[in-house]
Amino acid sequence: MQWETVIGLEVHVQLATRSKIFSGASTAFGAEPNSQACAVDLGMPGVLPVLNEAAVAMAVQFGLGIHAEIPEVSVFDRKNYFYPDLPKGYQTSQMYHPIVGPGEVEITLDDGSTKAIRVHHAHLEEDAGKSLHEDFHGMTGIDLNRAGTPLLEIVSEPDMRSAKEAAAYLKAIHSIVTYLGISDGNMAEGSMRCDVNVSVRPKGQAEFGTRAEIKNVNSFRFVERAIAFEVERQIELLEDGGEVVQETRLFDPERDETRSMRTKEEANDYRYFPCPDLLPVVLDQAYVDHLRDNLPELPADKRARFQDALGLSAYDAGVLSASREMAEFFERVKDVCGDAKLAANWVQGELSGALNREGLPIQNSPVSADQLGELVARVKDETINGKAAKQVFQALWNGEGESADAIIEAKGLKQVTDTGAIEAMIDQVIADSPAQVAQYRDAEPDKRGKMIGYFVGQVMKASRGTANPQQVNALLKEKLDALC
Amino acid sequence: MHDKTLTELAASLAAGEFSSRELTESLLARIERLDGEINSFITVTPEQALAAADAADAARARGEAGPLTGLPLALKDIFCTTGVKTSAGSKMLDNFVAPYDATVVERLNAAGAVSLGKTNMDEFAMGSSNENSFFGPVKNPWDTAAVPGGSSGGSAAAVAAGLVPATLGTDTGGSIRQPAAFCGITGLKPTYGRVSRYGIIAYASSLDQAGPMARTAEDCAHLLGAIAGHDLRDSTSVARGVPDYTAELDAPLAGLKIGLPTEYFGEGLDPEVESAVREAIRVYESLGATVREVSLPHTHFAIPAYYVIAPAEASSNLARYDGVRFGHRCEAPTDLTDLYLRSRAEGFGEEVKRRILMGTHTLSEGFFDAYYKKAQQVRRLIRQDFLDAFDEVDVLMGPASPTPAFDLGAKKDPVSMYLQDIYTIAINLAGIPGISVPAGFAGGRPVGLQVLGTHFAEARLLNVAHQFQQATDWHLHRPALAEESL
Repeated sequence: MQWETVIGLEVHVQLATRSKIFSGASTAFGAEPNSQACAVDLGMPGVLPVLNEAAVAMAVQFGLGIHAEIPEVSVFDRKNYFYPDLPKGYQTSQMYHPIVGPGEVEITLDDGSTKAIRVHHAHLEEDAGKSLHEDFHGMTGIDLNRAGTPLLEIVSEPDMRSAKEAAAYLKAIHSIVTYLGISDGNMAEGSMRCDVNVSVRPKGQAEFGTRAEIKNVNSFRFVERAIAFEVERQIELLEDGGEVVQETRLFDPERDETRSMRTKEEANDYRYFPCPDLLPVVLDQAYVDHLRDNLPELPADKRARFQDALGLSAYDAGVLSASREMAEFFERVKDVCGDAKLAANWVQGELSGALNREGLPIQNSPVSADQLGELVARVKDETINGKAAKQVFQALWNGEGESADAIIEAKGLKQVTDTGAIEAMIDQVIADSPAQVAQYRDAEPDKRGKMIGYFVGQVMKASRGTANPQQVNALLKEKLDALC
Repeated sequence: MHDKTLTELAASLAAGEFSSRELTESLLARIERLDGEINSFITVTPEQALAAADAADAARARGEAGPLTGLPLALKDIFCTTGVKTSAGSKMLDNFVAPYDATVVERLNAAGAVSLGKTNMDEFAMGSSNENSFFGPVKNPWDTAAVPGGSSGGSAAAVAAGLVPATLGTDTGGSIRQPAAFCGITGLKPTYGRVSRYGIIAYASSLDQAGPMARTAEDCAHLLGAIAGHDLRDSTSVARGVPDYTAELDAPLAGLKIGLPTEYFGEGLDPEVESAVREAIRVYESLGATVREVSLPHTHFAIPAYYVIAPAEASSNLARYDGVRFGHRCEAPTDLTDLYLRSRAEGFGEEVKRRILMGTHTLSEGFFDAYYKKAQQVRRLIRQDFLDAFDEVDVLMGPASPTPAFDLGAKKDPVSMYLQDIYTIAINLAGIPGISVPAGFAGGRPVGLQVLGTHFAEARLLNVAHQFQQATDWHLHRPALAEESL
């Protein structure tokens, strides 16, 4: 039987506010346990939440970024359950009236085509604390630094049909939130994580199969692997005549498998009700319009502009717009050198290669966008040839000089275009290579083209790479043919 | 000194008749001597009180005295106070010392008031008799066989016994007005949102409201002025200017339109209470007010709606008392579930458990629509009843409670206890202000006249209450216990 996979994602994005969603405590990562939790975060008696306006603005910006409806009124609800790292005994969230309504995210598939994934809604909520099971000799410690950190939970429709689509969707969300600057998107630090709903059904069937929810997957790679495992598990189960049970599962990256956590029967009754300590959030049109007017250009728009206005290929435009840092770097290089295609080639070629080798993100590149732009400008105006340019790049990377010009100067890499100087070098090479000249002369005229490479190499060597290769080629051909 | 009102004490302090230290020492001595009998305090803080009194005297000497400088009072043990135990009347918080002051406490401190301690209360403000305190019941100073009313019973009793001239209470379903009525003092529940809830241990967040309790409306006006106002730490506090509540106290009542809700004079109303209230209304007529009957047709839904909404919010608000972070934790828990179960079983009293379970039930999946949602709809109807009535009249009047204070232990059935709040509860659901004023006696125990106004009509209520107190002397009567020990 042919099976079809149906996937929906709930993505939790930690918003980049300086303070927590309902208190003034800091949200900085990595502080001493419980040093960034105030009385509100600790759930002390009598304290009350006060909504952080920055979190609201960020949520609305996201909504605008995915062309979603922004309802005028949203309401915070309490989700009640007991857990040691949940200080108040409830999580403040938005169940019935979320801040962001239905919207859409565009993903790009491997074949370059695009697909729209619908977003059901996105809502604001507070994070819980963290239970620490190590170092306490059989007991559990609680760190509430995280408690009250603002999260935006983005709930998709079950529109994805493969693990690749799910990963592409997650990347698209990552790209949107980092473009907007509303999250650092750091998955290793938990700034982004997702719950994956997976089911399978016979191809052509309209109804969904029974789904399993995989909790807290925190990397693009793990999303693909968790789904791949889960799809295979469900298909095997069904083909063996079994049934998928609705349950919550955990992905174990060490063993590359998902494991049952709890079944529907053990599911909690969260007893949601509107939080009486917080007023409904009412957004007036002017506020939303102001945020809309100040949105940065988002990845999809940027990709389109790179193709249409700059003439880049779909592939190049996709790669260069994937992250805000990459796009900004590229645009700066382009502005400095004045040539989008050359800039694209250098950013994706020499620079990306070097960054990948060193495992560096582009924002930590040892070669700045201005330095690279100037280097590309020197290639464009033929001050240096391609070979010398690679040397200059390496020197910049190693910190051997402040600018491309300084390095070109110091290393004497300026391209030689003086015909007289090149002719002199050619004459010298011809004089030093009688055997090769004889071979050239004896060869059939149509084979001579290939043989010229030797002489070009010698001349370039003699010029320490600075001679203009086109000129060298043309003059050599002229002189050698004259000898025939 | 103990017989003076807050206003009189302020005048005496200003005139230099005695210092704040002398006053404080004298009241501390009275508490020491008398409170064993009525149990109105959970914590007395002599050291902090004397230090505050000295600071007040020094400020006065520098010519920096404000309206409350050096004036003694006490706080219901539901207001968090830095460095002093705040128990909410519960074993659960018997060891809880907050690292912060409630906003109202902060404001009283800033105004120079001197707190003598924390008064007894029904556990987590749940009760109508003050018999639900972990620290034992409070006795009514008028008759120690009787309850003082709840849940601010300790605050009411302390004022009635002359231990302090004024206190702060909280009112979720009548917890300021009913004990004020039972103890023969004046108590005001302001409009919801008029006074910040920050630092007040929550019972039912959408209903809780702090307010003053004192001998006179004039004193309540002074206190309300000090504690009211917007607070950035409480999103439900209203951003609206605070008027001078004393400015209109002397306004004449001629032309005042009083409405008597039919539903507040029906079955279950003690005849002596009714006659005292009707006599009070005749006093108003003699002052130039006109009286007419009005109807609040949804009144009979108030108690059921309240006992859905308040426990629902309470079940959630009290979830934080789980033995993990602060407060009571059971001995040697075997695992997490055991920690939760035993800490909560040991820490909470019966009435609190009853309401947590009710609230948990009504919020459960499958019951939410039938109970909670329906109760919120009823709440809107009740609110509309009041708004409609206030289109016709300026204030509503009726009894604060259907009976005078009953005997300790008399009401064994929780529902009969809940029915005690029949005239007070709807006001909290509607969010409007209400005041209880001493208006006579029934069976030798005080009777309270309740006056209600529309949202933010506190100044009018205080004026109406003050004019009554100018025309009558019910607020000047003192229980024997307070008189004897002069």
